[in-house]
Amino acid sequence: MGVSISLNINGEARSLDNVEPRLLLVDLIREELGLTGTNIGCDTSQCGACTVHMDGLAVKSCTVLAVQADGSDVVTIEGMAEDGQLTAMQQAFWDEHGLQCGFCTPGMIMAGVKLVEGNPDISDEEIRHGLEGNICRCTGYQNIVKAMKVAAQAAA
Amino acid sequence: MAKFVGKSFKRVEDPRFLQGQGKYVSNLQRPGMAYVAIARSPHAHADIKGIDASAALELDGVVAVFTGQDLIDGGVGQLPCGWVVPDCKIPERWPVVPDRARHVGDAVAVVVADNPYVAEDALELIEVDYEPLPVSMGARATTEYRAQQLHAEIPNNTAYSWALGDEDGMRRAFAEAAHVVELDLINQRLIPNAMEPRACMAEWDDTMEEMTVWTTSQNPHPIRLLLSGFTLGIPENKLRVISPDVGGGFGSKIFHYPEEIIVPWVARAINRPAKWVATRSESFMTDSQGRDHVTNVRMAMDATGTITGLHVQTWADQGAYLSTFAPLIPTALSITLFSGLYKIPGIWGEMKGTLTNTVPVDAYRGAGRPEASYLLERIVEKGAQKMGMDPIAFRRHNLIPADEFPYQTPVAFQYDSGNYQGLFDKLEEISGYGDLREEQKAKRAEGKLWGVGVSGCIEASGPAPSAVAGSLGSAVGFWESGTVRVHPTGKVTALTGSHAHGQGHETTFAQILADELNIPLEDIEVVHGDTGRVPFGMGTYGSRSAAVGGSALVRSATRVREKMTKIAAHQMESRPEDVYFDDETGNIRVQGATDEGMSFFEVALAAYTAHDLPPDIEPGLEETAFFDPSNFTFPNSAHIAVVSIDRETGEVTLEKYFGVDDVGNVINPLIVDGQLVGGVAQGVGQALWEHGIYGEDGQLLTGSMMDYAMPRADRFPQIETDRIETPSPTNPLGVKGAGEMGTIAGTVTVANAVVDALAPLGVDHVEMPFTAERIWQTIQAHS
Repeated sequence: MGVSISLNINGEARSLDNVEPRLLLVDLIREELGLTGTNIGCDTSQCGACTVHMDGLAVKSCTVLAVQADGSDVVTIEGMAEDGQLTAMQQAFWDEHGLQCGFCTPGMIMAGVKLVEGNPDISDEEIRHGLEGNICRCTGYQNIVKAMKVAAQAAA
Repeated sequence: MAKFVGKSFKRVEDPRFLQGQGKYVSNLQRPGMAYVAIARSPHAHADIKGIDASAALELDGVVAVFTGQDLIDGGVGQLPCGWVVPDCKIPERWPVVPDRARHVGDAVAVVVADNPYVAEDALELIEVDYEPLPVSMGARATTEYRAQQLHAEIPNNTAYSWALGDEDGMRRAFAEAAHVVELDLINQRLIPNAMEPRACMAEWDDTMEEMTVWTTSQNPHPIRLLLSGFTLGIPENKLRVISPDVGGGFGSKIFHYPEEIIVPWVARAINRPAKWVATRSESFMTDSQGRDHVTNVRMAMDATGTITGLHVQTWADQGAYLSTFAPLIPTALSITLFSGLYKIPGIWGEMKGTLTNTVPVDAYRGAGRPEASYLLERIVEKGAQKMGMDPIAFRRHNLIPADEFPYQTPVAFQYDSGNYQGLFDKLEEISGYGDLREEQKAKRAEGKLWGVGVSGCIEASGPAPSAVAGSLGSAVGFWESGTVRVHPTGKVTALTGSHAHGQGHETTFAQILADELNIPLEDIEVVHGDTGRVPFGMGTYGSRSAAVGGSALVRSATRVREKMTKIAAHQMESRPEDVYFDDETGNIRVQGATDEGMSFFEVALAAYTAHDLPPDIEPGLEETAFFDPSNFTFPNSAHIAVVSIDRETGEVTLEKYFGVDDVGNVINPLIVDGQLVGGVAQGVGQALWEHGIYGEDGQLLTGSMMDYAMPRADRFPQIETDRIETPSPTNPLGVKGAGEMGTIAGTVTVANAVVDALAPLGVDHVEMPFTAERIWQTIQAHS
């Protein structure tokens, strides 16, 4: 009763057979593709820990069915750094101490990249508003906001 | 001169998290692994008349279904309580209940399947015949004589009564008082919500009869001890517990949980690796929750506003069972802090630990100390109001002077060090306090509701002197272990019994050792969280890691250094007292000698080749120390919050926040500031939004992040922090705890600001959280 899907994951073409129609994209990514950097933090699309890029947009992969990603281009946190060279957003999170336990971090970074894209002078307020869908319990968000501002400039 | 301690270094653990390579338990896999899902009671209180698993067992991919009785027959033990105050009555608590569920979420049956989706499907097919029972709710109401009894062996649903202080002194103070103020207040139930849901994986080696358990714990060794000695029965030397990367704890991952018993029991029963990962809904109904105190507090003052007495009566809701450390939190971690930053001669605190049909309550960030600070700083605020004094002036009038440390309070603790006037000096400076009050006058003149809240808080951190803990009810000691292993090549592995789940020990502990051993930071690897690699340790909670765990490593490093000094002296034909570790070259040299001396590597290698060691020196270069602190440390703080309230909607906006903290010496300012800011945000969360709400029928109404208001980025202003440093004399690093101060102070600071904003309407108290609805109702009632 499964279906076949094909998708591009972190630049690599993958075809999967017998995918259950109810399978969530996040479970496909974690369990079928073995990319566990994308975390699951809630059941209700509130926390954003599972944020990935799908066809150029930041999406919560717990709210997308795997079959909906058929034919899509999906990028996860594992697809960000190249040859160990961190992206501007990852580097800024490191420099500004934008993470503590690290569990929300992949989702924050994936959301942050899209949030600051094309907006190098993004304000604190815009960042904070844009982060409403990503929950961090450790940092109080302050250094996350700082990191995203730095990354916005660096990416410009 | 310290090259590393005291300076901000980026965290060495970060690259793996930044690239999605964190080793969280939910990310781990073992070959042939089965998935565990747990059927949970939808009733807050119900007898289980029968369980029919036949339909579930017919489902393709289901491996097994187990009931509570199966586990009991298979040898599991009850979950023990690790802190027993005098006359404490400990309720029966099984990992899977055999006959009666006592809170929504109590485990009733266990499903094992080849795939997590199938396991969830099977849960739907299990038929449990429940006979619902009346429930008992409310920390105080549950003790009333008509209340439904939770446990036949515990009358009046009261597990314990505890009191501390000077009752006669308190009575004298009130008899002689010129002024008395009083408040009834509620410190509401919170749900910790670390971002990583709990998880457990286990693998049984049938040939060796060895079990490995991976669990999301803040303290893997105590979990192994409990599994071995009480609940699972596998000998400690055949049981390895690993807590790899853990995604936040905030106290909720200290405790021994049913799933840590269920999963290894299943793995052995089916002889296959097994894993359980909590859904967030399960976290809401099974992770130990926080706070939930109902309190009456009275404070006596003389005619000048000097506080002379404090009387507190609290009912602490402990939930349906006593979680691992539950009785500790309201007692020895709360009443002991009732003196706050002040000289108060007559303090008497009384506490009742009560049982209700709710999820068990235990330590949550701050654990007892936020409850103490909340009631004290709320009543102090009311005292200032009564005296017509500015809140800072009133506090300053009552502070313990800097020259009276160590200061013995009437509630057992002896404070180590502090400069409380200095805290408020700095707070007034960074906040522009005088200007804030002027601004407030102007806003009030315009009819705006604008409040400035002040607090001064104390914390006892770095638990604990083991003998003291034992005398107060602890079943364990609270020392910490630290091993420094210098390899023959001069690289260092440090093993710590502390555990990091966001605190950055891999960095700060390396900084400590880099200074102690005079080697580069990158030559040190800090290992924690694995009972197979690390000597027994007590883990992380109570802001203890630097003060206790860091000190154990300092002690081991000192021994390593002494041994290296002796070896180097011998090899360089010199006296040990002439040998020194040279900061500039990194070498070990002889005073006055012109040669370069020996490198760290050369001395390490010499220790292992053992070709030419002094006669009294053994080969090898590894030292383990156990540090048992002589006292707690006492971080302290002075904070200000500024809030505005929309008269029309009741919405509260946090406009500004300033915090000055004294956490003693600081190892890594970047990390400490991160802890303080994050802590404040969590404290603010309690004041403004968070509330674990149960219906009268015991249903958890805030069972997801849709219903439970987690703090979000757009609700905070920039939080301004600063510090003063008075080193603690109780540990070699001079540090105090930094992990909880922000949370302890954040809640009551905002509460005082909200009450201050509403003061022109005649409001002198509002219960938390300050939701728009509650504030709107308050405004209506006072208009």
